[in-house]
Amino acid sequence: MSLDRRQFLKIAGISSILGFGASVASATHTIWQKGLEPPQIEPNKDGLIAKRWAMVVDMSKFKTEEDIKMVTKACHQTHNVPDFRNPDGTVDEKFEIKWIWQEPYERTFPGEENQFMSEQIKEMPFLVLCNHCDNPPCVRVCPTKATFKLSNGVTMQDEHRCIGCRFCMAACPYGSRSFNWTDPRKAINAATENKAYPTRTKGVVEKCTFCTERLQFGKMPACVEAAPKGAMFFGDIEDPNSEVRKIVTTQLTMRRKPELGTGPAVYYMIGGSDHA
Amino acid sequence: MKLYDGGKILIGLVVFLAFVLFPFYNNIGKVNTKPDPKTDTPEIQEWVKINGKKECVESKEFMQREHMQLLNNWRDAVVRDMYRVYVSTSSGKQFNMSLQNGCLHCHSNKKQFCDQCHNYMAVKPYCFDCHIQPMEKEENKS
Amino acid sequence: MLEKAFEGGKSYWAWLVFLGALALIGVYYYIQQFQFGLGLTGLNRDVSWGLYIGQFTFLVGVAASAVMLVIPYYLHDFRKFGKIVILGEFLAISAVTMCILFIFVDMGQPMRIMNVVLHPTLNSVMFWDSVVLSGYLAINLLVGWVTLSADRKGVPPPKWIKFFIYLSIPWAVSIHTVTAFLYAGLPARHFWLSAVMAARFLASAFAGGPALLIILSLIVRKVSKFDPGKEPIQAVGKIVTYAMFANVFLLGLEFFTAFYSGIPGHALPFKYLYVGLDGHAELVPLMWTSTILAVLALVLLVFPSIRKNEGLLALACGSLFISLWIDKGFGLIIGGFVPNPFEEVHPYWPTMPEVLITLGVWAIGFLVLSMLYKIAVSVRERMAGIEIEH
Repeated sequence: MSLDRRQFLKIAGISSILGFGASVASATHTIWQKGLEPPQIEPNKDGLIAKRWAMVVDMSKFKTEEDIKMVTKACHQTHNVPDFRNPDGTVDEKFEIKWIWQEPYERTFPGEENQFMSEQIKEMPFLVLCNHCDNPPCVRVCPTKATFKLSNGVTMQDEHRCIGCRFCMAACPYGSRSFNWTDPRKAINAATENKAYPTRTKGVVEKCTFCTERLQFGKMPACVEAAPKGAMFFGDIEDPNSEVRKIVTTQLTMRRKPELGTGPAVYYMIGGSDHA
Repeated sequence: MKLYDGGKILIGLVVFLAFVLFPFYNNIGKVNTKPDPKTDTPEIQEWVKINGKKECVESKEFMQREHMQLLNNWRDAVVRDMYRVYVSTSSGKQFNMSLQNGCLHCHSNKKQFCDQCHNYMAVKPYCFDCHIQPMEKEENKS
Repeated sequence: MLEKAFEGGKSYWAWLVFLGALALIGVYYYIQQFQFGLGLTGLNRDVSWGLYIGQFTFLVGVAASAVMLVIPYYLHDFRKFGKIVILGEFLAISAVTMCILFIFVDMGQPMRIMNVVLHPTLNSVMFWDSVVLSGYLAINLLVGWVTLSADRKGVPPPKWIKFFIYLSIPWAVSIHTVTAFLYAGLPARHFWLSAVMAARFLASAFAGGPALLIILSLIVRKVSKFDPGKEPIQAVGKIVTYAMFANVFLLGLEFFTAFYSGIPGHALPFKYLYVGLDGHAELVPLMWTSTILAVLALVLLVFPSIRKNEGLLALACGSLFISLWIDKGFGLIIGGFVPNPFEEVHPYWPTMPEVLITLGVWAIGFLVLSMLYKIAVSVRERMAGIEIEH
């Protein structure tokens, strides 16, 4: 049988495609190997469980600037959040990474302020963080499910999977997300970092995770622990006996931009309370 | 027989050889010792005191072959499915599924352990871009 | 046929070397960006998308515009486009290549790109964008190659290619609709949250892409023996005119909704772009340039006597292309992020490495375009005078 050049090339081409396809198929077998399942893996028996974690913040219980700083420091210290500064010591707003921080009233609830409000009220500090929305736009847009909802209501971040496309940052109505524009380790003090928690690397998005790693070991989120008594509540809002549920049912609370339908899980108490 | 385009062919051949032989001539003179991972950290010695023998999450043979896949599975189980505890198939013991606080708690000597095989195989896992590696202890430096 | 891309005169090779040099500069700065992180650009925590994504958005439109030649020729037997449909398809290939490259240089973790394939997320518009763009690239590669090969042999193309040609029509519409959906479905960004976003995108695509095509055709006529023809260029000119009117009209609609409703979310970004906000007016000169160029283009295009003058037509198309490039490739993106969710203004301006990487990607795109056009033009030159039955 004599082959002309054309037929030879055709056969060679098809064989290569088949061969390549076979190697891809065998590789995918490795990639799509079954993961681990119970009983080989278990949750930690001390872990806190909830149907839907929620947070209530009572800003009236923060008496000083220091009270607020304790909260943001606790979170950022626990999670090795880098602290990028300009040469003059001010915060570098380009590289800045923040999971929880304070904003004045008029920025936390833009549009709620009126022209007759005193400057004092407009400037009243509020703690802002990821709202762990019920209907999160960030989860909706993420192309790799690097940000996703856990079954306990937390909007979680998988730093291993994030491709750094920043679509979630465009989608978040609350500005809760930060991107690592460069290696964060440049702005982390290795002497004081938390050795029990990883850092992130350049090119991924990060945000508050409601301290999932602490909840798994039976601990409250770092911010809640560091807050003054009665300033921050954290619990299962689906549990009728939880503090957060009681507050939200009986007191006046507000959430940020509720008209967008995101269903935030962070409630701000209005008028303060006697809850301690 | 005349070699048409002989000049171009010769240049192409030289470029090809330069690429293909690169790993060889680039490593001339470099010493490549057999990996010798050390498992005698203070933490492992502590474990031996309590349990009587050296014992990892799974057997040495399993870990050598599968620790990459195991870590991937741990990652998904912990981050995505909220699990925390791994039950060893070889010993039935429970382990905290954590690279930084589990594996690296005992294997606290990255240079004498992890790097030994990784350097030999020219593998650069980027786990340590994020997961903080244990501080090198002065005593272990030899 | 591929060898035709490597057969050319001194000026052809000088052009390729020039583009290659620009591309290499872009690659050099990309390596710097890869090592330092995206902080090398002017992007910040509030304006997290900028020049790269703007260019990507603009170029998806240019890629989709091939359909403006395919529909008349294949659906309505408008024979005049017979010789230049291939130019549209090859422009689409070059544009989609640039789109993919711009996405790549914008990613924080490009090595993880396969995660989009390994973990398909059907609710994510970005996932669908990757699907439709890859598909469109494949279709245009296939259709362009098969039809050009057939032309070269002087025979009609195989019948099965008709399926892919017809498929490319809704597919072209889909790539730009999906890209518009990236923006139009975000509750956070009222500047983008508009039902006419996809319509605007398509209108500007069908104006900008064919405008570039006209300029490219005029260049092809100058540098080769292939003449796309006066009438086909005039026909494309009419398409550009109507599409640009539609685009400007739709933009006007956005202005109306924003300012008549007075809702800050919609109005403030327009204020920032066109008159400045909170003391920040970085983009104002650029946006007004875009407006003036658009008006100039429309004035030149609307009068047939001016349009028939190919020199003025080229001027109009160039003016239009730059106007749309500013509006869609820059203003649209920045407007979505300013003011931020806290109603603060944090401005953005690209850095030099960012601009050079962008230029490098454009150079690579034009390299692909030049080589593909060289092949197409060589075939046309060879087959000049022979009517092809499709």
